[in-house]
Amino acid sequence: MQLTLEFGGGLELLCDSEKIHKVNVDLPNGADDFTMKHLLSWVRTNLIKERPEMFMKGDTVRPGVLVLVNDCDWELSGQLDTTIEEKDVIVFISTLHGG
Amino acid sequence: MEAGEAKSKKPRGPRLCCICNQRRPVLKRPKTLQQICRECFYEVFEEEIHQVIVKNRLFKSGERVAIGASGGKDSTVLAYVLSELNRRHNYGLDLFLLSIDEGITGYRDDSLETVKRNEVQYGLPLQIVSYKDLYGWTMDEIVKMIGLKNNCTFCGVFRRQALDRGAALLKVDKLVTGHNADDIAETVLLNILRGDIARLSRCTSITTGEDGPIPRCKPFKYTYEKEIVMYAYFKKLDYFSTECIYSPNAYRGFAREFIKDLERLRPRAILDIIKSGEDFRIATTTKMPEQGTCERCGYISSQKWCKACVLLEGLNRGLPKMGIGRPRGNLNGDHKKVTKAGATAKSIESKQCGSLDF
Ligand SMILES: [Zn+2]
Ligand SMILES: [Zn+2]
Ligand SMILES: [Zn+2]
Repeated sequence: MQLTLEFGGGLELLCDSEKIHKVNVDLPNGADDFTMKHLLSWVRTNLIKERPEMFMKGDTVRPGVLVLVNDCDWELSGQLDTTIEEKDVIVFISTLHGG
Repeated sequence: MEAGEAKSKKPRGPRLCCICNQRRPVLKRPKTLQQICRECFYEVFEEEIHQVIVKNRLFKSGERVAIGASGGKDSTVLAYVLSELNRRHNYGLDLFLLSIDEGITGYRDDSLETVKRNEVQYGLPLQIVSYKDLYGWTMDEIVKMIGLKNNCTFCGVFRRQALDRGAALLKVDKLVTGHNADDIAETVLLNILRGDIARLSRCTSITTGEDGPIPRCKPFKYTYEKEIVMYAYFKKLDYFSTECIYSPNAYRGFAREFIKDLERLRPRAILDIIKSGEDFRIATTTKMPEQGTCERCGYISSQKWCKACVLLEGLNRGLPKMGIGRPRGNLNGDHKKVTKAGATAKSIESKQCGSLDF
Protein backbone atom coordinates (compact mmCIF):
# COMPACT_ATOMS: atom_id res chain seq x y z
CA MET A 1 0.00 0.00 0.00
CA GLN A 2 1.38 3.37 -1.01
CA LEU A 3 1.07 6.29 1.41
CA THR A 4 2.32 9.85 1.67
CA LEU A 5 3.56 10.87 5.09
CA GLU A 6 4.30 14.45 5.96
CA PHE A 7 6.16 15.70 9.03
CA GLY A 8 6.01 19.30 10.19
CA GLY A 9 6.44 21.67 13.10
CA GLY A 10 9.95 20.35 13.75
CA LEU A 11 9.16 16.62 13.55
CA GLU A 12 10.94 16.46 10.21
CA LEU A 13 14.18 16.87 12.15
CA LEU A 14 13.63 13.40 13.57
CA CYS A 15 13.55 11.85 10.11
CA ASP A 16 16.53 13.14 8.17
CA SER A 17 15.03 16.66 7.90
CA GLU A 18 12.84 15.33 5.11
CA LYS A 19 9.28 16.66 5.32
CA ILE A 20 7.58 14.39 2.82
CA HIS A 21 8.03 10.65 2.64
CA LYS A 22 6.39 8.47 -0.01
CA VAL A 23 6.32 5.03 1.51
CA ASN A 24 5.10 1.50 0.89
CA VAL A 25 3.67 -0.41 3.82
CA ASP A 26 2.33 -3.95 4.08
CA LEU A 27 -0.62 -5.19 6.06
CA PRO A 28 0.76 -6.98 9.12
CA ASN A 29 0.13 -10.74 9.29
CA GLY A 30 -3.28 -11.59 10.62
CA ALA A 31 -4.64 -8.02 10.43
CA ASP A 32 -7.79 -7.26 8.44
CA ASP A 33 -7.21 -3.54 8.12
CA PHE A 34 -4.20 -1.32 8.21
CA THR A 35 -4.81 1.17 11.02
CA MET A 36 -3.06 4.23 12.41
CA LYS A 37 -1.79 1.98 15.18
CA HIS A 38 0.05 -0.11 12.62
CA LEU A 39 1.28 2.98 10.84
CA LEU A 40 2.72 4.58 13.98
CA SER A 41 4.73 1.52 14.84
CA TRP A 42 5.90 1.31 11.23
CA VAL A 43 6.96 4.97 11.27
CA ARG A 44 8.78 4.57 14.51
CA THR A 45 10.74 1.59 13.21
CA ASN A 46 11.41 2.80 9.71
CA LEU A 47 11.45 6.60 9.60
CA ILE A 48 12.30 8.06 12.99
CA LYS A 49 16.07 8.26 13.23
CA GLU A 50 16.49 10.05 16.53
CA ARG A 51 14.70 11.04 19.73
CA PRO A 52 11.61 8.86 19.18
CA GLU A 53 10.21 10.22 22.47
CA MET A 54 9.60 13.52 20.66
CA PHE A 55 7.19 11.68 18.39
CA MET A 56 5.60 8.95 20.47
CA LYS A 57 4.56 8.31 24.03
CA GLY A 58 3.39 4.79 24.78
CA ASP A 59 1.71 3.37 21.71
CA THR A 60 0.39 6.67 20.40
CA VAL A 61 1.76 10.07 19.38
CA ARG A 62 3.11 12.29 22.08
CA PRO A 63 0.51 14.77 23.36
CA GLY A 64 0.96 17.96 21.38
CA VAL A 65 1.53 16.15 18.09
CA LEU A 66 -1.39 16.72 15.72
CA VAL A 67 -2.37 14.06 13.21
CA LEU A 68 -4.39 14.61 10.04
CA VAL A 69 -5.57 11.85 7.73
CA ASN A 70 -6.38 13.30 4.31
CA ASP A 71 -6.47 16.76 5.87
CA CYS A 72 -8.91 15.71 8.56
CA ASP A 73 -8.13 15.74 12.29
CA TRP A 74 -7.68 12.12 13.35
CA GLU A 75 -9.73 12.84 16.47
CA LEU A 76 -12.72 12.69 14.13
CA SER A 77 -11.86 9.33 12.64
CA GLY A 78 -11.03 7.26 15.69
CA GLN A 79 -7.36 8.14 16.25
CA LEU A 80 -5.40 4.87 16.54
CA ASP A 81 -8.33 2.90 15.09
CA THR A 82 -8.50 5.02 11.94
CA THR A 83 -8.30 2.72 8.93
CA ILE A 84 -5.66 3.69 6.40
CA GLU A 85 -6.17 3.07 2.71
CA GLU A 86 -4.16 3.16 -0.48
CA LYS A 87 -2.88 6.65 -1.40
CA ASP A 88 -3.88 8.23 1.91
CA VAL A 89 -1.97 11.29 3.02
CA ILE A 90 -1.08 11.38 6.72
CA VAL A 91 0.33 14.53 8.27
CA PHE A 92 2.06 14.78 11.65
CA ILE A 93 2.68 18.25 13.09
CA SER A 94 4.33 19.03 16.38
CA THR A 95 2.88 21.98 18.27
CA LEU A 96 5.73 21.90 20.73
CA HIS A 97 8.51 23.66 18.89
CA GLY A 98 9.11 27.34 19.00
CA GLY A 99 6.61 30.12 19.13
CA MET B 1 -8.63 1.88 -7.61
CA GLU B 2 -11.90 3.54 -6.68
CA ALA B 3 -14.82 4.26 -8.90
CA GLY B 4 -16.35 7.49 -10.15
CA GLU B 5 -17.32 9.69 -7.24
CA ALA B 6 -14.25 8.97 -5.16
CA LYS B 7 -12.35 11.96 -6.42
CA SER B 8 -11.83 13.11 -2.89
CA LYS B 9 -11.19 10.50 -0.27
CA LYS B 10 -14.06 8.73 1.35
CA PRO B 11 -14.75 10.45 4.65
CA ARG B 12 -13.91 8.37 7.67
CA GLY B 13 -15.25 10.74 10.26
CA PRO B 14 -18.72 11.96 11.07
CA ARG B 15 -20.88 13.25 8.22
CA LEU B 16 -21.49 16.95 8.67
CA CYS B 17 -20.17 20.04 10.39
CA CYS B 18 -22.19 20.79 13.50
CA ILE B 19 -22.23 24.53 12.78
CA CYS B 20 -23.27 24.78 9.12
CA ASN B 21 -24.63 21.28 8.71
CA GLN B 22 -23.41 21.36 5.13
CA ARG B 23 -19.78 20.45 4.86
CA ARG B 24 -17.61 17.66 6.14
CA PRO B 25 -15.89 18.43 9.46
CA VAL B 26 -12.11 18.54 9.50
CA LEU B 27 -11.41 19.40 13.10
CA LYS B 28 -12.52 18.68 16.62
CA ARG B 29 -12.33 21.86 18.66
CA PRO B 30 -10.56 21.27 21.97
CA LYS B 31 -12.49 24.06 23.64
CA THR B 32 -15.99 22.85 22.79
CA LEU B 33 -15.45 19.37 21.32
CA GLN B 34 -17.50 20.54 18.32
CA GLN B 35 -16.74 18.89 15.01
CA ILE B 36 -16.51 21.60 12.41
CA CYS B 37 -15.60 22.19 8.80
CA ARG B 38 -12.72 24.27 7.54
CA GLU B 39 -14.80 27.34 6.65
CA CYS B 40 -16.63 27.37 9.98
CA PHE B 41 -13.31 26.85 11.76
CA TYR B 42 -11.79 29.96 10.16
CA GLU B 43 -14.87 31.91 11.11
CA VAL B 44 -15.11 30.89 14.78
CA PHE B 45 -11.35 31.10 15.26
CA GLU B 46 -11.13 34.66 13.95
CA GLU B 47 -14.40 35.78 15.52
CA GLU B 48 -13.41 34.58 19.00
CA ILE B 49 -10.18 36.56 18.80
CA HIS B 50 -12.13 39.60 17.63
CA GLN B 51 -14.47 39.22 20.59
CA VAL B 52 -11.55 39.00 23.00
CA ILE B 53 -10.10 42.18 21.49
CA VAL B 54 -13.40 44.03 21.73
CA LYS B 55 -14.46 42.84 25.18
CA ASN B 56 -11.10 43.63 26.72
CA ARG B 57 -10.77 46.91 24.80
CA LEU B 58 -7.26 45.94 23.75
CA PHE B 59 -6.92 48.70 21.16
CA LYS B 60 -8.10 52.20 20.38
CA SER B 61 -8.53 53.52 16.89
CA GLY B 62 -5.44 55.28 15.59
CA GLU B 63 -3.00 53.34 17.74
CA ARG B 64 0.34 52.07 16.52
CA VAL B 65 0.77 48.45 17.49
CA ALA B 66 3.87 46.25 17.22
CA ILE B 67 3.49 42.50 16.86
CA GLY B 68 6.36 40.65 18.54
CA ALA B 69 7.34 38.42 15.65
CA SER B 70 9.62 35.43 16.02
CA GLY B 71 8.77 33.67 12.79
CA GLY B 72 7.21 30.88 14.87
CA LYS B 73 3.64 29.62 14.61
CA ASP B 74 2.00 31.82 17.24
CA SER B 75 3.33 35.17 16.15
CA THR B 76 2.92 34.30 12.48
CA VAL B 77 -0.75 33.43 12.96
CA LEU B 78 -1.16 36.52 15.15
CA ALA B 79 0.28 38.79 12.47
CA TYR B 80 -1.97 37.23 9.85
CA VAL B 81 -5.18 37.27 11.90
CA LEU B 82 -4.61 40.73 13.35
CA SER B 83 -4.07 42.32 9.96
CA GLU B 84 -7.22 40.53 8.70
CA LEU B 85 -9.31 41.73 11.64
CA ASN B 86 -7.87 45.23 11.43
CA ARG B 87 -9.12 45.44 7.84
CA ARG B 88 -12.40 43.63 8.36
CA HIS B 89 -13.53 45.47 11.48
CA ASN B 90 -11.83 48.80 10.84
CA TYR B 91 -9.80 48.83 14.03
CA GLY B 92 -7.85 51.72 12.59
CA LEU B 93 -4.51 50.34 13.76
CA ASP B 94 -1.08 50.86 12.27
CA LEU B 95 0.52 47.43 12.59
CA PHE B 96 4.24 46.65 12.63
CA LEU B 97 6.36 43.55 13.00
CA LEU B 98 9.05 43.72 15.67
CA SER B 99 11.74 41.06 15.82
CA ILE B 100 14.69 40.50 18.07
CA ASP B 101 17.92 39.19 16.65
CA GLU B 102 19.67 37.51 19.57
CA GLY B 103 22.50 36.44 17.34
CA ILE B 104 21.99 32.67 17.39
CA THR B 105 23.52 31.19 14.27
CA GLY B 106 21.43 28.53 12.58
CA TYR B 107 18.38 29.42 14.61
CA ARG B 108 17.52 33.07 14.75
CA ASP B 109 19.05 33.91 11.41
CA ASP B 110 16.79 31.30 9.79
CA SER B 111 13.68 32.37 11.65
CA LEU B 112 14.35 36.00 10.74
CA GLU B 113 14.21 34.98 7.10
CA THR B 114 10.67 33.77 7.83
CA VAL B 115 9.76 37.11 9.40
CA LYS B 116 11.17 38.93 6.37
CA ARG B 117 8.90 36.88 4.14
CA ASN B 118 5.97 37.68 6.45
CA GLU B 119 6.80 41.37 6.06
CA VAL B 120 6.16 41.03 2.35
CA GLN B 121 3.27 38.57 2.57
CA TYR B 122 1.25 40.63 5.06
CA GLY B 123 2.50 44.05 4.01
CA LEU B 124 3.58 44.97 7.53
CA PRO B 125 6.74 47.08 8.11
CA LEU B 126 9.42 45.17 10.00
CA GLN B 127 11.82 46.45 12.64
CA ILE B 128 14.65 44.20 13.81
CA VAL B 129 16.68 45.05 16.91
CA SER B 130 19.74 43.01 17.71
CA TYR B 131 21.49 42.11 20.96
CA LYS B 132 24.74 42.96 19.22
CA ASP B 133 23.63 46.54 18.54
CA LEU B 134 21.99 47.05 21.92
CA TYR B 135 24.44 45.27 24.18
CA GLY B 136 27.53 44.63 22.10
CA TRP B 137 27.13 40.88 22.54
CA THR B 138 25.39 38.17 20.51
CA MET B 139 23.90 35.15 22.29
CA ASP B 140 26.52 33.00 20.55
CA GLU B 141 29.26 35.11 22.13
CA ILE B 142 27.55 35.08 25.52
CA VAL B 143 27.21 31.30 25.45
CA LYS B 144 30.85 30.97 24.44
CA MET B 145 31.72 32.89 27.57
CA ILE B 146 29.26 31.55 30.14
CA GLY B 147 28.39 28.10 28.83
CA LEU B 148 24.91 26.68 28.66
CA LYS B 149 23.98 26.93 32.29
CA ASN B 150 22.53 30.40 32.77
CA ASN B 151 22.16 31.56 29.20
CA CYS B 152 18.38 31.75 29.45
CA THR B 153 18.68 34.36 32.19
CA PHE B 154 20.60 36.56 29.79
CA CYS B 155 18.31 35.82 26.91
CA GLY B 156 15.17 36.54 28.92
CA VAL B 157 16.38 39.79 30.50
CA PHE B 158 17.91 41.10 27.30
CA ARG B 159 14.90 40.21 25.20
CA ARG B 160 12.39 41.93 27.46
CA GLN B 161 14.37 45.13 27.27
CA ALA B 162 15.16 44.75 23.57
CA LEU B 163 11.44 44.54 22.85
CA ASP B 164 10.76 47.73 24.73
CA ARG B 165 13.59 49.47 22.90
CA GLY B 166 12.32 48.22 19.54
CA ALA B 167 8.83 49.37 20.43
CA ALA B 168 10.22 52.79 21.32
CA LEU B 169 12.02 52.97 17.97
CA LEU B 170 8.73 52.24 16.23
CA LYS B 171 6.94 54.74 18.48
CA VAL B 172 4.17 52.25 19.09
CA ASP B 173 1.49 52.51 21.76
CA LYS B 174 1.28 48.79 22.39
CA LEU B 175 3.07 45.54 21.88
CA VAL B 176 1.13 42.34 21.21
CA THR B 177 2.59 38.89 21.66
CA GLY B 178 1.52 35.45 20.53
CA HIS B 179 1.20 33.83 23.97
CA ASN B 180 -1.60 31.31 23.68
CA ALA B 181 -3.87 29.59 26.21
CA ASP B 182 -1.47 26.67 26.59
CA ASP B 183 1.40 29.06 27.35
CA ILE B 184 -0.61 30.90 29.97
CA ALA B 185 -1.77 27.69 31.63
CA GLU B 186 1.86 26.60 31.74
CA THR B 187 2.90 29.87 33.36
CA VAL B 188 0.16 29.59 35.98
CA LEU B 189 1.39 26.12 36.80
CA LEU B 190 5.02 27.20 36.99
CA ASN B 191 4.14 30.07 39.29
CA ILE B 192 2.36 27.63 41.59
CA LEU B 193 5.33 25.27 41.47
CA ARG B 194 7.62 28.14 42.43
CA GLY B 195 5.32 29.34 45.20
CA ASP B 196 5.03 32.67 43.47
CA ILE B 197 1.44 33.42 44.34
CA ALA B 198 1.93 37.16 43.87
CA ARG B 199 2.49 36.62 40.17
CA LEU B 200 -0.22 34.07 39.79
CA SER B 201 -3.13 36.28 38.93
CA ARG B 202 -0.95 38.85 37.22
CA CYS B 203 0.45 36.31 34.76
CA THR B 204 -3.06 35.68 33.48
CA SER B 205 -3.75 39.35 32.74
CA ILE B 206 -4.46 39.95 29.11
CA THR B 207 -2.69 43.31 29.29
CA THR B 208 0.44 43.82 31.37
CA GLY B 209 3.09 46.46 31.80
CA GLU B 210 0.71 49.40 31.87
CA ASP B 211 3.05 50.93 34.42
CA GLY B 212 6.06 50.29 32.20
CA PRO B 213 7.16 51.98 28.99
CA ILE B 214 4.89 49.98 26.68
CA PRO B 215 1.81 47.93 27.58
CA ARG B 216 1.82 44.39 26.25
CA CYS B 217 -1.18 42.33 25.43
CA LYS B 218 -2.03 38.79 24.47
CA PRO B 219 -4.95 38.49 22.05
CA PHE B 220 -4.46 34.68 22.01
CA LYS B 221 -5.01 34.35 25.74
CA TYR B 222 -7.95 32.01 25.18
CA THR B 223 -6.76 30.48 21.92
CA TYR B 224 -5.64 26.86 22.02
CA GLU B 225 -2.30 25.96 20.56
CA LYS B 226 -3.90 23.10 18.64
CA GLU B 227 -6.17 25.53 16.81
CA ILE B 228 -3.33 27.93 16.08
CA VAL B 229 -1.32 25.16 14.48
CA MET B 230 -4.35 23.80 12.60
CA TYR B 231 -5.15 27.29 11.34
CA ALA B 232 -1.58 27.78 10.15
CA TYR B 233 -1.67 24.38 8.48
CA PHE B 234 -4.96 24.85 6.64
CA LYS B 235 -4.07 28.41 5.61
CA LYS B 236 -0.58 27.26 4.61
CA LEU B 237 1.01 30.08 6.58
CA ASP B 238 4.76 30.29 6.39
CA TYR B 239 6.30 29.73 9.83
CA PHE B 240 9.53 28.49 11.31
CA SER B 241 9.68 25.62 13.75
CA THR B 242 13.01 24.61 15.15
CA GLU B 243 13.92 24.59 18.78
CA CYS B 244 16.32 27.15 20.11
CA ILE B 245 19.67 25.42 20.34
CA TYR B 246 20.24 27.07 23.70
CA SER B 247 17.07 26.16 25.53
CA PRO B 248 17.57 23.32 27.95
CA ASN B 249 14.83 24.23 30.43
CA ALA B 250 13.77 20.78 31.56
CA TYR B 251 11.52 22.01 34.35
CA ARG B 252 9.41 24.06 31.98
CA GLY B 253 9.37 21.22 29.47
CA PHE B 254 7.95 18.96 32.13
CA ALA B 255 5.19 21.43 33.00
CA ARG B 256 4.34 21.70 29.31
CA GLU B 257 4.12 17.97 28.92
CA PHE B 258 1.90 17.72 31.97
CA ILE B 259 -0.49 20.28 30.46
CA LYS B 260 -0.57 18.41 27.17
CA ASP B 261 -1.33 15.16 29.00
CA LEU B 262 -4.18 16.85 30.86
CA GLU B 263 -5.48 18.33 27.63
CA ARG B 264 -5.68 14.89 26.07
CA LEU B 265 -7.83 13.63 28.93
CA ARG B 266 -9.92 16.75 29.27
CA PRO B 267 -9.28 19.58 26.82
CA ARG B 268 -11.04 22.13 28.99
CA ALA B 269 -8.30 21.72 31.58
CA ILE B 270 -6.30 24.47 29.87
CA LEU B 271 -9.06 27.07 30.22
CA ASP B 272 -9.75 25.90 33.76
CA ILE B 273 -6.11 26.39 34.80
CA ILE B 274 -6.23 29.92 33.40
CA LYS B 275 -9.46 30.52 35.31
CA SER B 276 -7.82 29.29 38.51
CA GLY B 277 -4.99 31.75 37.99
CA GLU B 278 -7.43 34.59 37.36
CA ASP B 279 -9.45 33.82 40.45
CA PHE B 280 -6.47 33.62 42.76
CA ARG B 281 -6.74 36.91 44.51
CA ILE B 282 -5.30 36.48 47.91
CA ALA B 283 -4.21 39.13 50.30
CA THR B 284 -0.50 39.11 49.81
CA THR B 285 2.14 40.66 51.97
CA THR B 286 4.68 40.48 49.18
CA LYS B 287 5.58 44.04 48.32
CA MET B 288 6.14 44.88 44.73
CA PRO B 289 9.33 46.86 44.20
CA GLU B 290 9.11 50.59 43.69
CA GLN B 291 9.80 51.52 40.11
CA GLY B 292 12.57 53.91 39.30
CA THR B 293 14.95 54.16 36.40
CA CYS B 294 18.33 52.59 35.82
CA GLU B 295 21.13 55.06 36.53
CA ARG B 296 23.11 53.71 33.66
CA CYS B 297 20.72 53.26 30.77
CA GLY B 298 17.47 54.87 31.89
CA TYR B 299 15.37 51.75 31.57
CA ILE B 300 12.73 51.14 34.26
CA SER B 301 14.27 49.46 37.25
CA SER B 302 13.49 49.00 40.91
CA GLN B 303 17.18 49.11 41.67
CA LYS B 304 20.14 51.34 40.93
CA TRP B 305 21.01 49.43 37.82
CA CYS B 306 18.58 47.45 35.75
CA LYS B 307 19.03 43.73 35.42
CA ALA B 308 20.38 43.98 31.87
CA CYS B 309 23.04 46.47 32.92
CA VAL B 310 24.11 44.24 35.81
CA LEU B 311 24.40 41.23 33.53
CA LEU B 312 26.20 43.28 30.92
CA GLU B 313 28.65 44.64 33.44
CA GLY B 314 29.43 41.07 34.46
CA LEU B 315 30.03 40.06 30.86
CA ASN B 316 32.22 43.04 30.12
CA ARG B 317 34.27 42.53 33.26
CA GLY B 318 34.63 38.83 32.61
CA LEU B 319 32.50 37.95 35.65
CA PRO B 320 29.48 36.46 33.94
CA LYS B 321 27.96 35.05 37.13
CA MET B 322 27.30 38.58 38.31
CA GLY B 323 23.59 39.29 38.52
CA ILE B 324 22.51 35.69 38.24
CA GLY B 325 20.39 34.42 41.06
CA ARG B 326 20.13 36.52 44.19
CA PRO B 327 22.15 39.71 44.44
CA ARG B 328 25.17 39.28 46.65
CA GLY B 329 25.68 42.85 47.65
CA ASN B 330 27.61 43.94 44.58
CA LEU B 331 26.54 46.86 42.47
CA ASN B 332 23.03 47.10 43.79
CA GLY B 333 23.70 46.10 47.35
CA ASP B 334 23.94 49.63 48.65
CA HIS B 335 20.65 50.62 47.18
CA LYS B 336 18.03 51.48 49.73
CA LYS B 337 14.91 50.50 47.87
CA VAL B 338 15.74 46.84 47.47
CA THR B 339 12.75 45.05 48.84
CA LYS B 340 12.63 41.35 49.31
CA ALA B 341 10.29 40.89 46.41
CA GLY B 342 12.29 43.15 44.18
CA ALA B 343 15.53 41.42 44.86
CA THR B 344 14.37 37.93 44.09
CA ALA B 345 11.55 38.41 41.67
CA LYS B 346 12.29 36.87 38.33
CA SER B 347 9.32 36.91 36.11
CA ILE B 348 8.50 33.72 34.38
CA GLU B 349 8.04 34.41 30.76
CA SER B 350 6.15 31.75 28.98
CA LYS B 351 8.08 30.01 26.25
CA GLN B 352 11.59 28.89 26.49
CA CYS B 353 14.38 31.26 25.96
CA GLY B 354 15.10 31.57 22.29
CA SER B 355 11.74 30.28 21.22
CA LEU B 356 10.86 33.91 21.35
CA ASP B 357 7.26 34.45 21.62
CA PHE B 358 8.55 36.68 24.31
ZN1 LIG C 1 -19.32 24.24 8.79
ZN1 LIG D 1 20.19 49.71 32.70
ZN1 LIG E 1 18.17 30.97 25.16
